[in-house]
This record gives sequence, C-alpha cells and structure tokens, in this order.
Amino acid sequence: MRNMLTVAAAVAALATGATADDASAQDKLKVGFIYLGPVGDFGWTYQHEVGRQLVVKELGSKVETTYLENVNEGPDSERSIEQLVRSGHKLIFTTSFGYMDPTIKVAKKYPNVFFEHNTGYKRDKNVATYSARFYEGRYIQGRIAAKTSKSGVLGYIGSFPIPEVISVMNSTILGAQSVNPDIKVKIIWVNSWFDPGKEADAGKALLDQGADVIMQHTDSPAAMQIAEARHAHAFGQDSDMIKFGPTAQLTAIVNNWGPYYVERVQAVLDNKWTSGDVWGGLKSKMLLMAPYTNMPEDVKKIAMDTEAAISGGSLHPFKCPVVDQEGKSVECKGGTHLDDGQILGMNFYVKGIDDKFPGK
Amino acid sequence: MGLAEAIILAVLAASTPLLLAAAGELVAERAGVLNLGVEGMMIMGAACGFAGAYVTGSTFVGALCGLAAGTALSAIFAMLTLGLAVNQVATGLALTIFGIGLSGLIGAGFVGEKIVPAPQLHLPVLTDLPFLGRILFGQDAFVFLSLALTAGIWWLIYRTRWGLVMRAVGDNHVSAHALGYPVLTIRTFAVLFGGACAGLGGAYLPLAYTPFFIPGMTAGRGWIALALVVFASWLPGRLVAGAYLFGAVTILQLHAQGAGFGIPSQLMSSLPYLATIVVLVVISGARGTARSAAPASLGLVFVPDR
Repeated sequence: MRNMLTVAAAVAALATGATADDASAQDKLKVGFIYLGPVGDFGWTYQHEVGRQLVVKELGSKVETTYLENVNEGPDSERSIEQLVRSGHKLIFTTSFGYMDPTIKVAKKYPNVFFEHNTGYKRDKNVATYSARFYEGRYIQGRIAAKTSKSGVLGYIGSFPIPEVISVMNSTILGAQSVNPDIKVKIIWVNSWFDPGKEADAGKALLDQGADVIMQHTDSPAAMQIAEARHAHAFGQDSDMIKFGPTAQLTAIVNNWGPYYVERVQAVLDNKWTSGDVWGGLKSKMLLMAPYTNMPEDVKKIAMDTEAAISGGSLHPFKCPVVDQEGKSVECKGGTHLDDGQILGMNFYVKGIDDKFPGK
Repeated sequence: MGLAEAIILAVLAASTPLLLAAAGELVAERAGVLNLGVEGMMIMGAACGFAGAYVTGSTFVGALCGLAAGTALSAIFAMLTLGLAVNQVATGLALTIFGIGLSGLIGAGFVGEKIVPAPQLHLPVLTDLPFLGRILFGQDAFVFLSLALTAGIWWLIYRTRWGLVMRAVGDNHVSAHALGYPVLTIRTFAVLFGGACAGLGGAYLPLAYTPFFIPGMTAGRGWIALALVVFASWLPGRLVAGAYLFGAVTILQLHAQGAGFGIPSQLMSSLPYLATIVVLVVISGARGTARSAAPASLGLVFVPDR
C-alpha cells in the first residue's frame, strides 16, 4: 500500500537483501524482518530498522537478525517471508499492512515459526499483531497547530481516505478544536503515499490559500521543505524531520518499535511467546514525540501537559461526545470514549471539517 | 503574491519535468523508436543528478550528471533494440524496471541528505514587476531550457534537412534505407537525445522541485510524459500546450480540494489520462488540422538487408 512505486525496485533489492549480523553460531535464534521501503527512507521503514538495531544491541549474543528491504506488498512478499522461514528464521516481523494475508498464509504452512504482523488485524496461534496509537500523537499536534497558527487556517495533506488516515485526521482536528473552536482545516488528498512532487504542490496550494501550519499523512519530507522555504510550520511524519525544516518543524510523531521487538524476541528465547494483539501508545512509549521546537514556551507547555494527560490516561482524544459532520453524536461504545474498534474502522469526519467525506 | 500568480508559478514548475522528458521522447518517436523506458531514465537522472549536485555543490554539474545517466541508459536501449533488433516495447519496460532498481542502489547513500535548490533568475526591475515579473523573469534555468528545447526541436524537425531525413526514417524506414540514409545511426542519435532529455527532466525533480532524493521520487511522471507525446499527436507546439495543461490540471485539482469544492480527487487525478484517450480517439479518424503526425514505422524493428 505504501510506496507502491518501489514495486520494481524490490526486484533488484531482493538480491541485495542484507544479512545484518555476521554471527556464525548455528545455535543462535534467527530473527527476520520484512521491510516495505529502503532502510534509509527516514520514515516508516527507518523506524523499524532502528527497532531491529535495538534487538541486536540488547540480545546480540543470543540472536542473529536478517532483514529484506523494498519488499513489495502482495504475492511477492509471500515468497520473501517463505525465504526467511526456509533459511531457519524462527521469529519473523512483517512490517506493513499489505503483508497481512501473505503472513497468515505462510504461518499456516509453518506452525513452528512465530510471526509478528504490523498494523494488521488477522491473527493466528503463531501470528501476533502490533501497532501504535498514532492518533494520540496527532491530538497533541492538533493543539500545537491551533495555538501556533496566526491565520487560523491549518492545511492537511492526506494520502488515501482509509480508516487509518481518517481517524488520525479526526484526532488532529479534535485536538485543534479543543484549544480554538473556530479553527479551520483545509484538506487535500494526493491519492498517493509517496509522490514528493505532488506533496510539495499540495503544501504550496495550502499555504497559498492561507494556511500557515501544514500537517501531512504522506511519507516524504517535501511538504516540510516547502514550509521551511515559506517560513511556515509543519510536523514530521513517522520520524524526526528536523533536518529538512530546522525552523519549521514543531514536533514529529516517532514510531518506537525497539522495546517491543526486544520483548518479543526475549519471549521466544524463554519459550514464552504467545499470540496476541498489542496497540501501544504514548504510555507504553511505542509512540514518542520528537522535541517540541520552534514554538513559544506557553505552547510547549500545553503540548507537554497534553502528552502527560494522554499517557496518564486522564485524557482520551476521542472522548465522548464525538460529533460527526451532520451534527449527530457517535455511539459511545467505550464508555467515556470511542472504543478501539470504532477508532480502527473510522469512516466519518468529525464536525468542523469543511470538506465532503470522500465517497459520500 | 496573489493566488493566481502563485498557481501559475506552481503550474510552470510542475510542467517542466514533463515537458523536458516528453520533448526527448517526441524526437525518438518521430525517428520511429518507441522507448517506454522514460520513467527509468528519469529516475536515473534524478538519482545521478542529485548525487552530482550533492558531491560538487553545483546544480549545473548535477544537471549534467542527470543528463549523462539518462543518455547512458538509453544507450543500452539503443544497443538492444537497434543493434540486436530486440522488441522495443519489452525492452522499454525492462529499462524502466532496471532504472528504478539501479537508481535506488545509486541513491541509497544520498537519501536523507539535502542540497541548495537551483537558483532562480533575478533581473533587476524586470523580476520585480507586479504579477508577470516572477512568472516571466523569475524562473530557474530548467524552465527556460525546456521551452528553448521544444522550440529547437520544432526548428530541427520542420526547418532542417536533418529533420526531414529523421521524419522519413520514422515514417518509412525501408524507403529511407533504399535512398541510402543510415536508418539505424539516425535512430541511435534520436534515442540518445531522448535519453538525455529524460535524464534532465528527472534531474529537475531533486535539483529544483523538491531538493532531496528518495527512491522512486519520479512517481510515474515518465508515464505521463509518454502519454503527453500521444496527446500532442507528435507535434512540438501541442506538446508545450499539453505539458502546461497537464501541469495545470494537477495543480488546480489540489487548489480545488483546498478550497473545498466537492470534486472527487481521484477523478481529477485521472484527467490527464482521460484527455489522452480522448485525443487518441479524435485523431484516429481526423483530417486537416486535427491530423496526427504519428510516425508510420513507430515501434517496428528494422534490420537492414546487406
């Protein structure tokens, strides 16, 4: 799904699939990682690679790790996952949504191998899933954006209108409205996870229409660079992008998979691995916020207080009532807030978004 | 800066890589060679262009590196399709896949680095004119070059003997051969020229448009350039109009969304391709001014008899 265009690159890159550890000992536990992009993408895949490196650092004497990068989602990935199984890997992390069905399929064939699938919802007795509560970080960003904006207009670059993207967009806007009820948000869908040129154009269009803080759910730092050049503000996506916007970046959501990887590898070493589903957030530190920069002290304080409140459990971004675009309150399945199922399958805009819901 | 001015500036920038790559492909196709490897040559131009500019700190050197990379890749294409008479469609597709993979490898060390974008022209007084100043006199060199290049190609095709011979080769290679023209040599030069232009168009992306490199950053622009040649019905004048039209559609649909018009963004994104299909239908049976200049020998393999 992400980076559809690395499809062809995968063919070439598979051949270079690197063996990350040089350990020759045969009795070490072999752990494999399947990556969507190149490890140097400074975004999604890079953060998974940082997690793998933590495993090497903490458990390097007991495990041997391997990764395959630029693995195309879909049927091609099945072959790559199976390749890791055949070369003796006992625990395999598949790190993108589109590897879901291939992972399940391979797992059925090899019941003695453990699999961990990132951002999916299908599990099996040897397939666990894990993801991060990105919406928690987005809520903080919404508050920062609304406090930082002088024009009162925020710009949001969306990739595809799928629940994962819609829910964090809603969370951002709820955060923004919580500190400024009159805040306006302009949304542009670029229909791509990754097209730097188009992302830059969308950023320019938003700024030209009066927005002064850019938020994005696409993968390249293009919009950050535009914000930097135009003296506006923006947020990093997936990893810290401060390098591309030293005076523009307010903060970034940083995906922190390392501790989870270490824990799961240790579980296999201890013969205690069981399937399950982990959806970690700020509290479990699966999600980290990059330093709060380029904002006044009072805004920084709001950001830090919000972060503490969310990780402490006293604030839920989707606390009820959540009102949709037609002004109806959404059913409150989680007691005081929307439940996880509603957040994962979100298919409506919250009130205050001045845009038609795609496909409605 | 007014909104209209901002939109026109964005359209010019978005259209330039398309125009550069399409202009080169137009020449190759007028000589009768269909090179579907534009996307691969562009992304190679992007990777090598960025590498060159990053290492030397010069946009000019970067542009030359991009140009050279596109030319080198097209040389492989020429060797296979002209030298060994391999099928052009299959070779072109393979070239794209190869280019995307190789550019990822070359660019791997440069991902996450940034460079100073290409400087924009600044003439005293002229550039500071209201509205038209920045549009006419405030662009980077690529924008001016792409227009000069297309004008040059028009002159070459219609006003020189060389262009006449090239059209003959593209329309009927057997006759051109019988008249004693070196069909394969002419086609080789046309293909190399096309590669150079595609490389330059690709290099525009990391050098001026978004000053960083990420694998796959051309994101399908090579395919749009190919569609553009068909849209222009192989005429240089229409190519310029088409490039700016395609660029305008891209930018305007983003603005339409930002302004909250309820137009489905997916439909808007597909407009350039829909327009190309419409043009194909129109020119297929048309006469007179709507007539196409499609080269009759386009894509056909030619093996000279000794």
